Amino acid sequence: MNSLIWTVIILTVLGCILALVLSLVARRFHVVEDPRIDAIEKALPGANCGGCGFAGCRAFSDAAVKAGNLDGRYCPVGGTPVMREVAAILGVQTEEKAPQVAVVRCNGSFANRPRVNDYDGLKSCKVKAALYAGDTHCPFGCVGCGDCVAACAFGALSLNAETGLPVVDEQKCTACGKCVQACPKHVMELRNKGPRGLRVFVSCINKDKGAVARKACAAACIGCGKCAKVCAHEAITVQDNVAYIDFTKCRLCKKCVAECPTGAIHAVNFPVLPKKEEEKKDE
Amino acid sequence: MGGVHPDDSKFARESRIEVLGVPQKVFVSMSQHLGAPAKPVVAVGDFVKTGQLLAEPGGFISACIHSPVSGTVKSVAPRKDLAGNMAMHVEIEVLGDLWEDSIDLSTKLIKDIPEDREAILQKIKDGGVVGLGGATFPTHVKLNPPPGKTAECLIINGAECEPFLTSDYRMMLEHPQEIVVGAAIMQKVLHACPCVIAIEENKPEAIAAMQKAVADLAYPDIRVAVLRKRYPQGGEKQLIDAVMHRQIPSGGLPVDVGAVVQNIMTAFAVYEAVQKNKPLISNVLTVTGDGVPANMQHNYLFRIGVPFSYIIEQAGGVPENTAKIVSGGPMMGKAFANLEATTVKGSSAVLYLSAERTRRKAEGPCIRCGRCADACPMGLEPFLLNRLAKAGDTQELENAAVQDCIECGCCLYSCPAQIPLLDRIRPAKAQVLGIIKSRNVKK
Repeated sequence: MNSLIWTVIILTVLGCILALVLSLVARRFHVVEDPRIDAIEKALPGANCGGCGFAGCRAFSDAAVKAGNLDGRYCPVGGTPVMREVAAILGVQTEEKAPQVAVVRCNGSFANRPRVNDYDGLKSCKVKAALYAGDTHCPFGCVGCGDCVAACAFGALSLNAETGLPVVDEQKCTACGKCVQACPKHVMELRNKGPRGLRVFVSCINKDKGAVARKACAAACIGCGKCAKVCAHEAITVQDNVAYIDFTKCRLCKKCVAECPTGAIHAVNFPVLPKKEEEKKDE
Repeated sequence: MGGVHPDDSKFARESRIEVLGVPQKVFVSMSQHLGAPAKPVVAVGDFVKTGQLLAEPGGFISACIHSPVSGTVKSVAPRKDLAGNMAMHVEIEVLGDLWEDSIDLSTKLIKDIPEDREAILQKIKDGGVVGLGGATFPTHVKLNPPPGKTAECLIINGAECEPFLTSDYRMMLEHPQEIVVGAAIMQKVLHACPCVIAIEENKPEAIAAMQKAVADLAYPDIRVAVLRKRYPQGGEKQLIDAVMHRQIPSGGLPVDVGAVVQNIMTAFAVYEAVQKNKPLISNVLTVTGDGVPANMQHNYLFRIGVPFSYIIEQAGGVPENTAKIVSGGPMMGKAFANLEATTVKGSSAVLYLSAERTRRKAEGPCIRCGRCADACPMGLEPFLLNRLAKAGDTQELENAAVQDCIECGCCLYSCPAQIPLLDRIRPAKAQVLGIIKSRNVKK
């Protein structure tokens, strides 16, 4: 009985002393943390995807508060509404950016781009691209092992079994840019989502000369420059045998889509007009 | 240290070197060596003679390229190499076989070595000679160590440790004297340092032939060393360890420990360039494979620039049951993505692999047995590099010395869980080397 009482007393006294020490240490070494860091972190989406270039949302908040401004710091996932909130907390201005989405710039489906050899190695684009140009005659396009799918933290990418190409789910894509980093062939690009999701882009990055590119893939950009000629807004440039549409200049007139002889230019989310369909059939 | 013992499989060892003809058209790549691509000096429509200069070096580490045939230049345009990537090629339509007048075409052995060291180096440079052991590093650069460093030993690499390959072996049997003269020339350039011709013990005939040639020609300070059989003993760093018992520090060069390594074929090419004025326009390549009939196993003396498809056709076509065709040996060679690709200076073999040989088994979990670390000839820890490569941790990869990997494939060969270690390490190494390079540029 006696020993029990002593144990309780000693432990209680010990506890009190240690508590005193701890509280003194806590007061002495108190770190004043800016409450804005917590506030900003709360305002951010909290996905910790790294799309902003920081390790996570906390790191972003920390850096933003430390710098006191938002220069070059932008959360692509939250977009302008979230950034306005963050800017209000810091009392600064933020740049307004149009919402973006990842696009796959390759038309090399199984049907368009015949496979000329089999790859039986490790299923990783990075590994495959380090070994050789890919299992078609096109050395530029998608190699189809799905590194982008694995990199996407939002489940917005999937490989289409029929075409062998990745597909972006626009609803889920947050434009964090992880897939752009993961793709060894630089097939993925972040482009402005466009009004009501309408956008036009060249879905090919083949820099080979027209005849070579066309031989490798039926829907390759052959760099003929017809699109650049027909474009009234100077949005299209042809460099190294491949056309590129500047999304900041494109007015979505779709003249280039009709002009492209190979169908390399894609127009997304436009309502399908029955008349257009018939025209296509006639061609 | 390290290494594995794969089956020899030197099926083509009894096939004498045959001279391969030329097709109607050849395509000469401008990126046949390590370093900057060569710059073409011919224009479309020009008539070129065999051995005429086609392209000049495009930088300090680069080499000349000469026409392997005589004929008309049809185009200078990008073309796909064997991995399917684009490279500049000069297309020549063959017309007869008219050689450059300065080239000595006799087979007489010229024993006397020129006195002037600089003149020899210039001839090697003008002959476009590169290391033919695999890395195709320009020979004149290697034979001219930077100031403050001297070569204490020249090692002639006759290890040929890759299974299946027999081109060096046949050269040692059929042209031992030329090789010894080539070695003596390089010895002279390196200020008369001792020279060792290193051959693995599984080639007794080659050892005997080389020993006889060394004794007959009686140059001072050349000897033949017999090495135990092990892969990758033909690797530069491994060979220096085996012959001189010296280890090259991480990131160092062979000349840091006083060694210069040159291949058997390179010695032969040096002989031809210096004594016969003949630039490097041909090389020997093995056509072989497992279960391939004997009449389809060949060692060919081919003109550099002949398409592989032509070689395969001349060798009797692709044998039955071939699942993969590899350029080079089974350990370090690369599978063809494109058989229309042309031979380059470093082409060493066309290897047919059957479906059983190429089958990949499913990857199992790492059981930490450490066999890969035992096998790694560079003393790395492949299991760790694999894990770091998966995570993409370039900083830790650099600390673990991924840049020292020689991509020999011993780790992958020895792994009981069939983990594709090298496949993951290779791109990680490229990435780390890129980071190191850009950092050095900034400095």
